[in-house]
Amino acid sequence: MRLFPRSDTDLLPREAAGETWLAAVIAVLCFIACLAAVGAASADRAAQGWARQLRAEATVQVRPRVGETGATAAARAAETLAGTDGVAEAVALDRKAAEDLLRPWLGEAVLPDMPLPFLVTVRLDPDAPASAVTLSRALATAGLDASVDDHAQWRGDVERSAALITLMAGFAFLLTAGAAGAAIVYATRAGLMARRSVIETLSLAGASDSAIAWLFQRRFGLLAAGAGAVGMALALLVIGSVRFLGGSDGLVAALPLTWGDALIILPCPLIAAGVAVVSARLAALSRLSGPARRRKRLA
Amino acid sequence: MPDRFENLMPLSPRRAAVPLASSEPVRLEGVGFGYANRPDVLRDINLVLTRGSFHFLTGPSGAGKTSLLRLLTLAERPTAGRLSLFGSDVTGIADQEVPLLRRRMGMVFQDFRLLDHLDAFENAALPLRLAGRRRAEYADDVREMLNWVGLGDRITARPQALSGGEQQRLAIARAVMAGPDLIIADEPTGSVDPAMADRLMVLFQSLNRQGTTVLIASHDENIAARSGATVLRLSGGFLREGLG
Ligand SMILES: Nc1ncnc2c1ncn2[C@@H]1O[C@H](COP(=O)(O)OP(=O)(O)O)[C@@H](O)[C@H]1O
Ligand SMILES: [Mg+2]
Repeated sequence: MRLFPRSDTDLLPREAAGETWLAAVIAVLCFIACLAAVGAASADRAAQGWARQLRAEATVQVRPRVGETGATAAARAAETLAGTDGVAEAVALDRKAAEDLLRPWLGEAVLPDMPLPFLVTVRLDPDAPASAVTLSRALATAGLDASVDDHAQWRGDVERSAALITLMAGFAFLLTAGAAGAAIVYATRAGLMARRSVIETLSLAGASDSAIAWLFQRRFGLLAAGAGAVGMALALLVIGSVRFLGGSDGLVAALPLTWGDALIILPCPLIAAGVAVVSARLAALSRLSGPARRRKRLA
Repeated sequence: MPDRFENLMPLSPRRAAVPLASSEPVRLEGVGFGYANRPDVLRDINLVLTRGSFHFLTGPSGAGKTSLLRLLTLAERPTAGRLSLFGSDVTGIADQEVPLLRRRMGMVFQDFRLLDHLDAFENAALPLRLAGRRRAEYADDVREMLNWVGLGDRITARPQALSGGEQQRLAIARAVMAGPDLIIADEPTGSVDPAMADRLMVLFQSLNRQGTTVLIASHDENIAARSGATVLRLSGGFLREGLG
């Protein structure tokens, strides 16, 4: 007699080769899904950072009136704006500062003769930023001819691309989940076929279809949870090394990975198991049909 | 040593758990059956097995014995007539209700249908597990049953490691493990020598003496005659009583 009972008392025989293969496929799919999720979270955070920065700034271009120099007009505009609610600071860009900005692009030769716009850079109150309309109205009231750019268009572009990345990541997630589900459905059908005689024996011994489906659900649910954990661990490894190589700010400004991103992929094994359990049940129950249903289908 | 089987019969206390609903475990009225696109295998079968009866179903190979047993286990449905099990009409029964009925039957299949990946203990315990019983409750009963069929020292052996006779006894142990109301056995002595065949017959007789209804299909008319049971004969799709 054995001291311990045989550990393999599962009613469903193992199918080592097929199940290893399935686990590998699910691990890879989970790895991809984790990277997509983390990439999306990171890109979204980057976009939000840029948008916040853009929201906190506005640029005003001043057109001097007859009898007024551009510098005076800009200084007056800066003074007016600084006194407006929702503005933290307004600074007129003098000609020298403007030339400094343009020198790398245009070169030294043309600069002195260039007609340059007279600009005021405005830093808005981050808590209650003044709108472009408020700024325009304040300038008009002070008798200044000026146009306000609150970077709305850029901001819109940044936000749109962030939304697009999130959408793509969501799509990638659904795709990988669907692929994992399809792999489980296929494996369940193949498993039912390969173990047809065992299934029939169980059924004749009084096992309900639901109980037989449950054997596959448990088998593939556990398998997917394990494979999901492996895929997640691999993704964590990649994220960790990117983070390590990239220093405290993450790899690049465009992909600021944080340790918090690791949290969003922690449910991966659970989600993988959930997809597996549902797919296995649907596949098993649709294939397991007794004589009554079989006859109805034929009729 | 057939007496050993009789003396150690372990099943009686469990039987009280499910009261018998009917004095007729099996009733067939004008039952016909055929496989798709084939001539009918069974025609107008009328048969009543009363509770505690012992019947032999004989007939040449291909006569439809296995098919008739498959109707009783609801593996197939009649194409004509009416089938009642344990007092209720099951002719058009829903698939979901089948498992509960099957748990009241013990089946011995011609090819044993043992699960190769489980040891003798797990194979014998299968009906109890499927009925939702806990291992701690039944472990002793299963060991006792395996002792009783002479497999006490093969408890951890897998079916592949058992001889044909041992496999047959394991299949029978599994069939009777849950204390069924009806035992259906298909050629249960088909692959053993005559001495073992007689020994296994003693086993069925002792179960029958305790009130279990027994139906055994066998093409071996000698063993049927020797058993003293009522003999039914299938030929040409019809059922007759008595030896041909
Ligand atoms: N699954 C099946 N499909 C089609 N024909 C079958 C099937 N099983 C048995 N038969 C046919 O039905 C007839 C009766 O078979 P069976 O019930 O196994 O007879 P027995 O058990 O008396 O030898 C035979 O002609 C056999 O070929
Ligand atoms: Mg047969």
